[in-house]
Amino acid sequence: MVLILDLITQGAQMMLVLILAPLLLGYTRKLKARLLRRQGPPVLQPYRDLLRLIRKEAVLAENASWLFRSGPYLIFAATWVAAALVPTFAVQLQFSWTADLIALTALIGSSRFFLALVGMDVGTSFGGIGSSREMMFASLAEPAMIMIVFTLALLAGSTQLSVIAEFMQAHTSLRVSLGLALIALVIVALAENARIPIDNPATHLELTMVHEAMVLEYSARHLAVLEFAAALKLLLYLSLIACIFMPWGLALAGGGLEAYAIGLVSYLGKLAVGGFLLALFETSIAKMRVFRVPDFLGIALMLGLLGMLLLFVSRSF
Amino acid sequence: MISDLVLQMTSVAIMLGLAILAIVLSRSKLATPVIYGATLVVSAAGLIGAIGFLLGDSSSSDLTLPIGLPWLGAHFRLDALASFFLIIVNLGGASASLYGLGYGRHEPTPFRVLPFFPAFLAGMTLVVLADDAFSYLLCWEFMSLVSWALVMTHHRAAGNARAGYIYLLMASFGTLALLLAFGLLAGPAGNYAFSAIRAAQHTPYVAALVLVLMLLGAGSKAGLVPLHVWLPLAHPAAPSHVSALMSGVMTKVAIYGFVRVVFDLLGPPTWQGSVVVLFLGSITAVMGILHAMMEKDLKRLLAYSTIENVGIIFVGLGLALAFKSNAMPAAAALAMTAALFHVLNHSIFKSLLFFGSGAILTATGERDMEHLGGLIRGMPLTAFTFLVGCMAISALPPLNGFVSEWLIFQAILLSPDVPSWGIKLIVPAVGVMLALSAALAAACFVKAFGVSFLGRPRTTVAAGAKEVDRWSLAAMFILAGLCLLIGIIPAPIIDALAPVVNTLVAEHMPLQFANRWLSIVPIAESRSSYNGLLVFLFITVSTLAAIEVIHRFASRAVRRGPAWDCGFPDQSPATQYTAGGFAQPIRRVFSPLFDAREDVVMPAPGDTAAARLTVRLRDLTWEMLYAPVGGAIWFAAEKLSYLQFLTIRKYLSLVFALLVILLFFLMLVMLVWS
Repeated sequence: MVLILDLITQGAQMMLVLILAPLLLGYTRKLKARLLRRQGPPVLQPYRDLLRLIRKEAVLAENASWLFRSGPYLIFAATWVAAALVPTFAVQLQFSWTADLIALTALIGSSRFFLALVGMDVGTSFGGIGSSREMMFASLAEPAMIMIVFTLALLAGSTQLSVIAEFMQAHTSLRVSLGLALIALVIVALAENARIPIDNPATHLELTMVHEAMVLEYSARHLAVLEFAAALKLLLYLSLIACIFMPWGLALAGGGLEAYAIGLVSYLGKLAVGGFLLALFETSIAKMRVFRVPDFLGIALMLGLLGMLLLFVSRSF
Repeated sequence: MISDLVLQMTSVAIMLGLAILAIVLSRSKLATPVIYGATLVVSAAGLIGAIGFLLGDSSSSDLTLPIGLPWLGAHFRLDALASFFLIIVNLGGASASLYGLGYGRHEPTPFRVLPFFPAFLAGMTLVVLADDAFSYLLCWEFMSLVSWALVMTHHRAAGNARAGYIYLLMASFGTLALLLAFGLLAGPAGNYAFSAIRAAQHTPYVAALVLVLMLLGAGSKAGLVPLHVWLPLAHPAAPSHVSALMSGVMTKVAIYGFVRVVFDLLGPPTWQGSVVVLFLGSITAVMGILHAMMEKDLKRLLAYSTIENVGIIFVGLGLALAFKSNAMPAAAALAMTAALFHVLNHSIFKSLLFFGSGAILTATGERDMEHLGGLIRGMPLTAFTFLVGCMAISALPPLNGFVSEWLIFQAILLSPDVPSWGIKLIVPAVGVMLALSAALAAACFVKAFGVSFLGRPRTTVAAGAKEVDRWSLAAMFILAGLCLLIGIIPAPIIDALAPVVNTLVAEHMPLQFANRWLSIVPIAESRSSYNGLLVFLFITVSTLAAIEVIHRFASRAVRRGPAWDCGFPDQSPATQYTAGGFAQPIRRVFSPLFDAREDVVMPAPGDTAAARLTVRLRDLTWEMLYAPVGGAIWFAAEKLSYLQFLTIRKYLSLVFALLVILLFFLMLVMLVWS
């Protein structure tokens, strides 16, 4: 009985991230438009886009291979699994021990690996440029992420996200290392989600684009699945920041319905705040030149390393 | 049990017999299937024997043959550590033989490969079994020489002779270092049996010196920076299944030598030694993968990536050494398990990737990725296995490479508890280097797979590529299956490593097989756990669910059309990204490490000539270490060549003068002494 309830909660979390991801995207877009004094598309527009796309006939390039057709689904699945393993409204769900934070990072790495590959499949110059730059960004963002994980793990004594969240909930104190980790994580999240100042999610036909260049050859359901995966990834990073640095309201293990309700409400509140901050940040900063990005990500890497080094010297930082 | 050792020795004898048979059969058409078939059977038997030994009682057994030095004999011993490395050797040998059954038929000069192939396998087995310094060095030299002969198979191809020469030089240097190391270990009494060395007490100076010499000797064979320069030249020069053996297995035999001496024979370590190992390991990992990233020759890329993985293994060994020297046996067991697990994983996926490059070579005759592209359409099965290998080596879950890297990361997280300050300060840097190399490995293998298998064919040979034969495919599929199987169920491997790790650091990781859902839990579940099986299941189920839902409730219609490419599709495949172009952003970010220079020559306005971009990269270790040494030797040789053409009278007077000077010197010494 307990097991079934646990499974239901885990399943609910899987469906929750699936439902919320496009909403978060629409909400952020709406906020950005309002901040620029534009009307902006409706908040529910991403759902409509996805529904319209999956109903259409897919157009494949003549030389597209099996990898091109199966890649989007694999990318979607890996991102979905990763997003469902981040605590949203409750910690210690049934399968939370399946993958710790290092494995989660690597799982996102898996989806990026396939994204970069499918970008090269048709053999156009745009796909190549996107893949090449994506991997360059990742080669700095991923180590930075690992450093952040190390910093958190040294503090909480665990790489399990649930345990880290519980630790942060129990020990709310200001720490230098946590501050460094937060800044680094925000930078990594911006880079991973191809947001301004790294990449512009609204751009097309520009030589500086990265994510959009990789998915340029996709249409219809394949494109829908990839867009969905991108939305899930944004949700994943916001949930990650929320559960580590704003762990308030998270339901503990076996919390019961009431705790879950509180957790859910506070989670939605955190997403609202996170989405607003993202929109505010994006409207107040310009996009960088591509070769400025390594410096920017280098900051994240250095901050992560510094945080870890401080903890190696003393656990009290 | 003694029967296991006898089985392994018998397989060595059969392999040596096969080498002779291959010479006899050399011009016959039957030679290729007979030799590879026989090595396949013998390696498979050895593999089963070694696995049975490791999973069985794994108590060591000795054997002394009355050959070699008359007062010593040749000692051989099979214990848990040796049996683990025998699994690596025999697994590599069996898969390479299976692959060779198909690949070997395309060999233009089979008589240059067939005699040396079984001899190479025999040599590696003997190194692992040797139990005294003399037979160890003898077998080591045998292995080096035979592999040199295999490197020289295509000695007329450009660059191969130089590769062989540099390999020979570095191998002799490595053996010299090993000779000195064993000399120090044996001490003035000169007892060369490993059992005597193990029992003896070594002073800290001797221990430190032996560690450095082992890093030079075993490290040069394994490809540790800065002793790696021969490796990216020699490994790709050999036929692909031999490259797989050299990269996947021979580097591991070198690592075996290091582990055997440093962890088994040398006695309690000091933490200073571990700092050196960690430093070299992490530098090796990053430099190896950065050079791999810049490479456009597929086999050289794989060889550089071997250097990276050897670096990762040495990081694991360094951590184990650090923990062991600080009396933290549980953490040492974790680090050691991680290192040995990576040894196994790397031997599997590196063999797989070299087989894949060999398949490309068979199908197109090309190693240069700039001449490939679009092979996934002509060779879908090879492409699939190569993709699995690329994912595994990039440490992506749920494949096997990730498990061992994850274990190493977990070991790093235990190191703040180490009391030594030197280790506390170097380990964060090692962590960042390891993370960097893992991320760069993903970039590198996106490039390797993307440029060779995806996109449009860049040449007509690539466009006409056909799938390779069934033997090669079988070998690749078996290894790809192992990558997946070990990745999703790593627990039995960790448990099987327990007796090996026990002999090295006197502790082993908690047994994993009983964990729920076959998770791996290195220390405690509240601390960290990973479950490859569930990750695999979740991804599979959600992929299938997404496909099913979309196909059932929305659309599954497909139309083929020309590529979109933002409305400017260009028919020429030259407009695709190349291997060099793909690496360009990373080359710019890390340019100081290669001293990279890019020169663009733009024609004058109105001139219709093409602009030219020239990129120049340098291996700085070559420039800073090897070139000066080579220069100094050349300088000395030129100066001394004056002595070469003198008259006999001058030689006699030189000898006389030298004798007088020596006697005078001796007299001075005697005077000072008394």
